[in-house]
Amino acid sequence: MSKYLIDKFLFTVDRDPDLVERYREDPRGTVDWWEAERANSILGCHSGEASTWLRFEDTEREALASHDYVRLFELGAHPFLTLTLFIAMFERDYDEPLAFQKEYGMRLQHFSLPYPDIAT
Amino acid sequence: MAELVAVIASTHHPFYYRASTAPPEERPPFADAWVAKIAAFRETLTRANPDVLVMVGSDHFHQLWLDNMPQFLVGKAPFYDANFYNEEREFGLPRMLLRGQEDLSAHVLREGLDAGFDLAFSNELRIDHSVTCPIITLRPEADLPIVPIYTNIFAPPLPRPKRFVELGRTIRQLVESWPSDKRVAVIGTGHLSLELGGPRQFGPHGPDPEFDRKAVEWIASGDIEGCLSEVTLDSLWEPGNATHGFMDFMLMMGVAGEGAKADYVDTLDLFHTMEAYFTWYPNGVTA
Repeated sequence: MSKYLIDKFLFTVDRDPDLVERYREDPRGTVDWWEAERANSILGCHSGEASTWLRFEDTEREALASHDYVRLFELGAHPFLTLTLFIAMFERDYDEPLAFQKEYGMRLQHFSLPYPDIAT
Repeated sequence: MAELVAVIASTHHPFYYRASTAPPEERPPFADAWVAKIAAFRETLTRANPDVLVMVGSDHFHQLWLDNMPQFLVGKAPFYDANFYNEEREFGLPRMLLRGQEDLSAHVLREGLDAGFDLAFSNELRIDHSVTCPIITLRPEADLPIVPIYTNIFAPPLPRPKRFVELGRTIRQLVESWPSDKRVAVIGTGHLSLELGGPRQFGPHGPDPEFDRKAVEWIASGDIEGCLSEVTLDSLWEPGNATHGFMDFMLMMGVAGEGAKADYVDTLDLFHTMEAYFTWYPNGVTA
């Protein structure tokens, strides 16, 4: 399990307007590029220092590459990160205010407490 | 010594700014009632005539991240830029710049460390809507210097509820022992029951109205003991998956003190979450 890396993907993409659009238009290509080029960047180091060991598991990579936020919830991705990024990508496709957010909740209706663990 | 002139606890709803500033044809139907409640709440701070604001909030994965996550962090800087790109994008929040009260930050850090809280610090902190929402609602002029204090209610493992209460008690002691003639208000924001990114999100009201009712009663009556007897890190998942933000209210109950009844209590039942507003005047307030 690399919940941390899923969260890191959601966090870094959400905070970059160009990456938000790129992930919306080309999810699989963006995930592959990000895992190869960005996954190991240590965000707190200003000079480009990197780790050597971070990679997605296949189920995690597939969930991100298919925009499958239900699966991301099941895998324990931080729900605030997932929600924020997916609102940024898809709210615009709905006519009514909060329609995307309500559909998002409906698609998670089969989950009951306790929800999947989000601890990293 | 400094005087603690007001203790204020509030929800922070990022939609308020847009709801209250939208042109008439775009204003949601609940906006006028909401604005009226905020105006009355704002008056409770104005009456206290503060010089400095200690602002308790929680970064929402903006500057603080999982590679280096503090549990409690005090900003110590002469200025704080505020609000982030994704808050502008989702909530329409404006960019802001607030002054810092750096000598009070230094006092809180030194004396807080000596009082048993290993506080982290930041000399360059950009603050997010957990701090700017109450500035917008309570002091829209944004003209008073601040000391931001961040808590981790977001990224497990979290400190337990009792620790938030204890930090609140300590913050009060630190403010009241600050060698200054300034008038200080402590303002903290959190949530009642709240679900984000889960099946109960964005319902017609908060996900757990019964929790909200009890929470308002605990806060309004200063029932710290009763609150601590029912609220645990595990129990807070039940009212909604973002309800750990309630621990910032518990911190503010610690600032106000055991048994301290709030001098001002108001609530607003909105879609998605209940808004709640509380003010205490530790030394009374001139009429």
